[in-house]
Amino acid sequence: MAQIKKITPPLDDAQVMALKAGDRVLLSGVIYTARDAAHKKMAELLAAGAPLPLDLKGQVIYYMGPTPAGPGRVIGSAGPTTSGRMDPYTPALLACGLKAVMGKGQRSAAVIRALQEYKAVYLAATGGAGALLSRRIRAAEVVAYGELGPEAIYRLVVEDFPALVINDAYGHDLYVEGRRRYALID
Amino acid sequence: MREIDVSLLTDAVAELCGEANCRLGDDLLAALGKGLAEEVSPAGREVLAQLLENARIAAAEGLPVCQDTGTAVLFVELGQEVRLVGGDFNEALQAGVRRGYKEAYLRHSIVLDPLQRVNSGDNTPAVIHLQLVPGDRVKITLLPKGGGSENMSALKMLTPSQGRQGLIDFVVETVSRAGPDPCPPLVVGVGFGGNFEYVAYLAKKALLRPLGRPHANPDYAALEKEILEQINKTGIGPQGFGGRLTALAVHMEVWPCHLASMPAAVNIGCHACRHGQRII
Repeated sequence: MAQIKKITPPLDDAQVMALKAGDRVLLSGVIYTARDAAHKKMAELLAAGAPLPLDLKGQVIYYMGPTPAGPGRVIGSAGPTTSGRMDPYTPALLACGLKAVMGKGQRSAAVIRALQEYKAVYLAATGGAGALLSRRIRAAEVVAYGELGPEAIYRLVVEDFPALVINDAYGHDLYVEGRRRYALID
Repeated sequence: MREIDVSLLTDAVAELCGEANCRLGDDLLAALGKGLAEEVSPAGREVLAQLLENARIAAAEGLPVCQDTGTAVLFVELGQEVRLVGGDFNEALQAGVRRGYKEAYLRHSIVLDPLQRVNSGDNTPAVIHLQLVPGDRVKITLLPKGGGSENMSALKMLTPSQGRQGLIDFVVETVSRAGPDPCPPLVVGVGFGGNFEYVAYLAKKALLRPLGRPHANPDYAALEKEILEQINKTGIGPQGFGGRLTALAVHMEVWPCHLASMPAAVNIGCHACRHGQRII
């Protein structure tokens, strides 16, 4: 398997172009969460020409809604949700300078094209490994849409958060290539 | 008649919520371990190692295995010699979910209306399946069901001429189309027979069978094995990163059906196929 690359947002074009489908990465620093409801709200703001609640330039959005933090914890279980539901909203956010999105599962052709157009990547974290991933999160605070509960936008500080590059800015797709490599039928 | 106070049902459900969400069954852990030993894909092995480590951390720290702590699906077998006292049966079960999700710091994932989408704030209402059975006991099974895998599930009214191969194709196509989205390696629940609404219930119920226990009917046991082999030839692999372990098991629940029909439903369970049970 490819070597492990360490990345820290904000990301620039050169850092993104150095990432290839199949690369393992360890993310450190600040990332933001957003899932269905927060995406819908941001899309409404963009449609109205209003500013977003955060500057997306160079940033990473993690599709995740955690369990509540128990006593003595910064956050509860914190694995990725299915990314495809965010497909209708993603190109517009990439156009705002967002450089990486992270979740699990397939992306639409439109998102894969937009990743190439805006030089960005799609990362997958291991779905259903919420307890393990929770340990890589050092801090968590709600920065927007607190009324949405688990669907609020959180600012997370992560350390060596593991992920895999699925769609790079060159149009490669690990889901397609990985499956082809191991398939025994069409 | 045996009197049972409904508060005992509330207590049982509340305990099951935390237990089922934080501890995977030994059968599931054994299947993941076997998968790790057999998977040929390096990325697949890495995923399986992470999932086993995740289960260990979750159990040790009382954290949910997955942040999607699901819709609370309750299967209740109520003995017909039981007389429930002390309150409303349905409300007692909902109260258990309300308390269990709060006490165990589980996520509230239910919205009150499919279009308005305002969170109910306590993960109720649970989905309740009630069956009256002989005896004087109450058996409660909780299946917390995640949304990602549920979304990839499907139902098809097959017709008799499509036969055995029609069923195999439908199940394999459903899993294949889902690809990485429902968090493979999967537990695939298949309902077969019954009618439109009953076949979906059968598929859900199939997820409760202990992993590694084949169908009691040898013909269906062979069919489960054949479907599983087909699924594991797709190359999807753990998390869809490519590999041979796409499903851990295929479980069928079969029922008589109408002359004209051959209903089939596929309820996809993720690798964290969680459930717990109490008998009162």
